[in-house]
Amino acid sequence: MARAITTQRKITLTAVAWIIALLIFFPILWTILTSFKTEADAIADPPLFLNFHWTLENYAVVQDRSDYMRYLWNSIAIAVGSTALGILIAVPAAWSMAFVPGKKTKDILLWMLSTKMLPAVGVLYPIRLILIQTGLLDTKGALIVILTLINLPIIVWMLYTYFKEIPGEILEAARMDGATLRSEILYVLTPMAVPGIASTVLLNIILAWNEAFWTLTLTTVDAAPLTAFIASYSSPEGLFYAKLSAASTMAIAPILIMGWFSQKQLVRGLTFGAVK
Amino acid sequence: MTRTTRALLGATALTAMGFAAAAQDTTITIATVNNGDMIRMQGLTDVFEAENPGITVEWVTLEENVLRQNVTTDIATGGGQYDIITIGTYEVPIWGERGWLQSLNDLGDDYNIDDLLPAIRGGLTVDGNLYASPFYGESSMVMYRTDLMEAAGLDMPDAPTWEFIREAAIAMTDRDNDIYGVCLRGKPGWGENMAFLTAMSNSFGARWFDENWTPQFDSEAWATTLNFYLDLLNQAGPPGAANNGFNENLALFQTGHCGMWIDATVAASFVTNPDDSQVADSVGFALAPDNGLGPRGNWLWAWSLAIPSSSDAPDAARAFISWATGPGYVGLVAENEGWANVPPGTRTSLYENQDYLDAAPFAQMTLDSINSADPTNPTVDPVPYTGVQFVAIPEFAGLATEIGQVFSAALAGQTTAEDALAQAQDLATEEMEAAGY
Amino acid sequence: MATQHSRSAARLMMAPAVFVLLVWMLVPLCLTLWFSVMDYRPMRGTFDCCEGLGNYTRFVTSSSFQDAVVTTLMMVGGILLITVIGGILLALLLDQPIWGQGPVRILVIAPFFVMPTVSALVWKNMFMNPVNGLFAHLWRGLGMEPIDWLSQLPLFSIILIVAWMWLPFATLILLTSVQSMSSEQLEAAEMDGAGAFSRFFYMILPHMARAITVVILIQTIFLLSIFAEIFVTTGGAFGTRTLTYLVYQRVIESQNVGLGSAGGIIAVILANIVALVLMRIVGKNLDA
Repeated sequence: MARAITTQRKITLTAVAWIIALLIFFPILWTILTSFKTEADAIADPPLFLNFHWTLENYAVVQDRSDYMRYLWNSIAIAVGSTALGILIAVPAAWSMAFVPGKKTKDILLWMLSTKMLPAVGVLYPIRLILIQTGLLDTKGALIVILTLINLPIIVWMLYTYFKEIPGEILEAARMDGATLRSEILYVLTPMAVPGIASTVLLNIILAWNEAFWTLTLTTVDAAPLTAFIASYSSPEGLFYAKLSAASTMAIAPILIMGWFSQKQLVRGLTFGAVK
Repeated sequence: MTRTTRALLGATALTAMGFAAAAQDTTITIATVNNGDMIRMQGLTDVFEAENPGITVEWVTLEENVLRQNVTTDIATGGGQYDIITIGTYEVPIWGERGWLQSLNDLGDDYNIDDLLPAIRGGLTVDGNLYASPFYGESSMVMYRTDLMEAAGLDMPDAPTWEFIREAAIAMTDRDNDIYGVCLRGKPGWGENMAFLTAMSNSFGARWFDENWTPQFDSEAWATTLNFYLDLLNQAGPPGAANNGFNENLALFQTGHCGMWIDATVAASFVTNPDDSQVADSVGFALAPDNGLGPRGNWLWAWSLAIPSSSDAPDAARAFISWATGPGYVGLVAENEGWANVPPGTRTSLYENQDYLDAAPFAQMTLDSINSADPTNPTVDPVPYTGVQFVAIPEFAGLATEIGQVFSAALAGQTTAEDALAQAQDLATEEMEAAGY
Repeated sequence: MATQHSRSAARLMMAPAVFVLLVWMLVPLCLTLWFSVMDYRPMRGTFDCCEGLGNYTRFVTSSSFQDAVVTTLMMVGGILLITVIGGILLALLLDQPIWGQGPVRILVIAPFFVMPTVSALVWKNMFMNPVNGLFAHLWRGLGMEPIDWLSQLPLFSIILIVAWMWLPFATLILLTSVQSMSSEQLEAAEMDGAGAFSRFFYMILPHMARAITVVILIQTIFLLSIFAEIFVTTGGAFGTRTLTYLVYQRVIESQNVGLGSAGGIIAVILANIVALVLMRIVGKNLDA
């Protein structure tokens, strides 16, 4: 028997949910709205919600000062690159941990997570000196590698917990049918693992996109992503709310749009073994 | 035309282009602060590139704290990320002495080094070598609202005392209308509240260290300084003063919330610019206050362009510096943005230029303020260091930022002035001992 | 069940991940250890052997160290508290049948996509600024004196900003957990006369326990290294200096790399202790 839901209850719940959702979303909405205001309107008291003079001037000013497309391209290259590299290394590792667990598997997993505990600033000098010696400062390659390493533990763990939920019986059955390890992975596991991998990819892109310490300290021009772009608008002289909003909107829009379009995939695999 | 000729011509053209490119194509990377004058410089890049074919300029424009973090790390590790860096009078002597900057003694005849204001030039010179070329120089002064001053029935003297500032601030405050008598820096940081407080303390006769490098925060003079500052802001300052730095106060002043503002002279052109400022037509200027002891509470600073030793394009970098900080640059800005917007405070010739004096009512006050600051004798008693609002030793930045946080906490009401000074004294003593003084 | 063949294949597959992480951990760690016993102050031009444990004792005995540890715990704890409780409530709400579930979920997860720097800047300037911020407008509109968030309630303000960013993450994981509950059981309990509260405390909460530990573990790992939010808002002033930030001040602001490296090592040790405790709990859960 389905639970009887009165319409009144549904209306109340809907209203509460929408109000909370809008409150949570409001800072982003406000930023986007402010980006279309003049600087004077941006600080008007009482605040102007929609009835202001809409202008694109802030975007023009920001674009005129910084070449947005270059920062955007660097952000995309670094986020996608580090995710691809991370997945490439993590999938086999997570697979073997999940399906051929040894005595040490759990320890290895926990050790991997503990490498994320290194405070970035503590190792800034060593990393910088290594990059200077190898001539890799301000290259996308170096950032891709570093962000891969930073996020690898999370990727491995997320994939591991997802793979573990794939029932072992299916593998047994496949083996009985004489499937080789290769075909086992290719035809049986992969299709079942895709949602988990997709979700991991998305999460990792978000994490890499938003990383703001290494991307800021190890880049100058050639590899500078959107985190560096925003650092040039953070507190300039005079009124800046509208320009800051425009720059902020430009910095978060791509990832926000990607996130919204793919939220189903993201949510499906984002369990970290939370569900049994 | 036969195919062969065409191919030959094409090949020649390609070779020629390739040759030209190989001969002069240089890219210089400039790290700078996102201040208005620097943004204008960035906007004029095309002019420089047109005058200097073959040089391409890449800008890294960052917020001050991020810039400082990146530039310092780069120079300390010899990263060579930048060909030109924007640094101030605090860094130049220390980095110059370390051998991290290239000497700029020969920027060409057009540069006219003798035209630089002596006070500014002196601050950027180590052992007779100029290590950075000033882009704009500043001191600090009082900016006030003439209309509010009049309404309060007071008359601002050209050289006010702190006591007058207090009286006026209280008289001008009108909390119901969000008007606060005085806006001062409270945001923690060696270049924020500590720059202001250190300069202010000079006029109260306080100093950071005595001749033996013993910290002096337990002195009577520091207690008077800090108490005066806290009382003034608590009685007549804006809410959240403990988070207000230069930029925050500028925004407050421009939107009409401040009666007086004691800060960088360079702000004068922003607050009098009707495009940005709602109070542009009612701003007056006066020298920074004193306490009858001799020194005034004004500082001396110059944002300057320097070339790190690790730069791989020093010649192109030199060309840029002599362009951007040479005598001709102000004319270029004036043509595009008007005389009031030229970078001030670096050259004598600017203050002899009638166009500038006509456009900038604050010119004379700026010059007087700069000239009255003395980095070698900043306060009443002798000191072992140079610098008006800083102490030119490497430990200062970290130490002053920590002390700035303590004083800022006192302003926010989290600790008393007495405790704050005791903490400052402890921090300074510990740091100086560890540094081996 | 695994054959010898698949075992060695498995080891081979794990090797790259283990190897790169080992290198990534060891190389910087060894260099940092080395620096931490040196008198390395680039601005003074010193790189001298050897301080021994001098940097360590100096870092640990300074008054800022204890404060920083306390601040770190309070900050991480506060954020966890808000996100976990808020996350549970939100997850329960989103699990209910409502109109427009899709759009609501999109709105709720949005903060997770925002760069920490951007969210800190937006909150600091456009909301928490005591003169021009939206909260100040709101407070004045209600006839109250605006709060100066970042100096009167600095720690709470930062907790609020970070919790806002992590709430979606907690909600999503907890929502998956809520949705995996069998509704038959709940209905049966309801029929038996169990009230909403007893259903929540005796059935829903125990079911979510595992998801809650996962949320706590993952978030703690990220929260221990919060940096941008503090850098942008208070710069470590007003009692918001965490251990990570203290290390930053030593390395970057004071340019004392030796002292900062010692602090970094201490931070790693402390973080690993916290993580070990947490992972024991979760590890047990992973077996179950």
